Amino acid sequence: MDANILPLFVVIPMATAFLIPLLAKLWQRSSDLTANAAGAALLGISVYGAAQLFGANPVLIYRMGGWASSLGITLVYDHLTALVALAVNAVGLAALLFSVRYIDHYTGRWKFFSLFMLVLAGLNGVAITGDIFNLFVFIEISAVSSYALVAFGTDFDELEAGFKYMVIGEIGGTAILLAIALLYAKASTLNMAVISEVMAGFGRTPLFWFIVATFLVGFAVKMAMVPFHAWLPDAHPSAPAPVSALLSGVFIKVLGVYAMSRLMFNVFGLSRDTAPMFFNLLLGFGVLSIVAGGLLAYAQKDYKRLLAYSSVSQIGYILIGLGIGNYWGIVGALFHILAHALGKGLLFLTAGSVEHATGSRDLDRLSGLEKSMPVTAWSHLLGSLSLAGVPPFAGFFSKLFIVVGAVYAKMYWLAILAALFSTITLGYLVKVVNKAFFTHKDRESTPTREVPATMLIAMLGLVVLTMALGIGFKPVLDRLVGPAANVLLQGIGYAQGVLGR
Amino acid sequence: MIALFACMLLLLIGLYAVVTKRNIIRIIIGFSLVEYAVNLFFALVGFKHNGIPPIITEVAQSRSNFVDPVPQALVLTAIVIGLATTALMLALAMRIYEKYRTFDITEIRRLKG
Repeated sequence: MDANILPLFVVIPMATAFLIPLLAKLWQRSSDLTANAAGAALLGISVYGAAQLFGANPVLIYRMGGWASSLGITLVYDHLTALVALAVNAVGLAALLFSVRYIDHYTGRWKFFSLFMLVLAGLNGVAITGDIFNLFVFIEISAVSSYALVAFGTDFDELEAGFKYMVIGEIGGTAILLAIALLYAKASTLNMAVISEVMAGFGRTPLFWFIVATFLVGFAVKMAMVPFHAWLPDAHPSAPAPVSALLSGVFIKVLGVYAMSRLMFNVFGLSRDTAPMFFNLLLGFGVLSIVAGGLLAYAQKDYKRLLAYSSVSQIGYILIGLGIGNYWGIVGALFHILAHALGKGLLFLTAGSVEHATGSRDLDRLSGLEKSMPVTAWSHLLGSLSLAGVPPFAGFFSKLFIVVGAVYAKMYWLAILAALFSTITLGYLVKVVNKAFFTHKDRESTPTREVPATMLIAMLGLVVLTMALGIGFKPVLDRLVGPAANVLLQGIGYAQGVLGR
Repeated sequence: MIALFACMLLLLIGLYAVVTKRNIIRIIIGFSLVEYAVNLFFALVGFKHNGIPPIITEVAQSRSNFVDPVPQALVLTAIVIGLATTALMLALAMRIYEKYRTFDITEIRRLKG
């Protein structure tokens, strides 16, 4: 029973994606139900899989079609995968629930849900696969569906953002394919565990670094690290709000951060001691992303655009956590993946409900929404506090761990910078709270009323998870994030677990 | 070796077109060139001089220079993905033309900041 659930991570969303158009012919609104049921089932099996890991099993392995690891596709569910899958499916379910009423603005209800399930299929596939070409295929499945979803509104902004996103994103995808071709030329296998054993005996030649660099370019585009971020501030605000929540919350982290760290740590076996230059590069890009993203976010007038720049800045935190490269740094980075997925997902949903209720995202026009939309306003406030790193919310602990990691690594300037820029984060998020939600003396409150119940439930669900992650950080750290950081730190020891030697 | 350099040249031509051209259709053609270059490179990875098809026959059992069939299967998959992306890009280009009445990206600039 244990490992046999692994194919379901791809089968459920993929089957639902193609079932939705068929059922929609019979009954228009059936797509809401089907999609939400599939989202709930996905969250259920990721929790079940994680629960299996808490027992004796360090890793669940499923070999597709019973082929040996070096020939067939292997699915791997370890603590790192569990962390990513939980984040994806929790945010995914909230976004699906939110979409039920939000998508009334658009035509083509079933097309939306069908594309959304394809994105989920791709994200779950990237998380569980142990085969490098399979990884590329899932990256492309989720990326191509996300381009269509960004352009879903088919208005001026959406089309421009969608095209821009698509061209830049596909150049990134092609770079990943080129790197895979080079890697295959050297290793003659596609299984990530076998590749890591081959690469261990390969040495650090210029070709090795060229492959690493090509992968890094591809993933840098997918995760929107500065200076590869140009598409994100256009694409994420233009998408429908639930899609923005999924893209900013988990998409950039799964396709960019997770896939990159899995390859760099577990397949190429890089670590702070053996490849200090690579980790310093991550630190450099991370600092650049934090500073550029944070300062640009401060200057924005569009609610969702501000949040998008904030995502660029928060990706920087995850990168410096990985770049510090010791246990606490990586724990901080992984904890921030969870905290930011829930927090930014929540903020984009509140932005969506403000847009749903008032029809505007302009911070200069919105005012005093707290009176008419108290639940949205307080959800936004709590999400902002978490992201800005105010105790006892989730974002505080992730930033604390990153700072602790920096201090352990004796990078005091980095610790100071990380702490300093979390006040900038607080600054631009408070700006939204101030302008949109609480009343200004010189401005009238925007007349409106609270959004429908399903949207409130979606937001409140994420609020509860964010609070739980902050208050109950200790069990999460011991059971999930700590072991996940050890998965990355064991380097090519990953291969022994997967191949069962 | 010449084939590998030709791949690299094709890749650079495609990237040049994506970066410098103003017409959306030309950008899409440039992107297709990049994709073809990578696919061609991947297919060349499995190539062997004087290789034989990887099918076990009586003649083949005595020789060992099989062509590696895996890259060919992978390239087929990559081509299908490329088809999907090109189709979606062209669909976007059509919708952009309907809205803006132009293919010139310098005139399609409403998002900034």
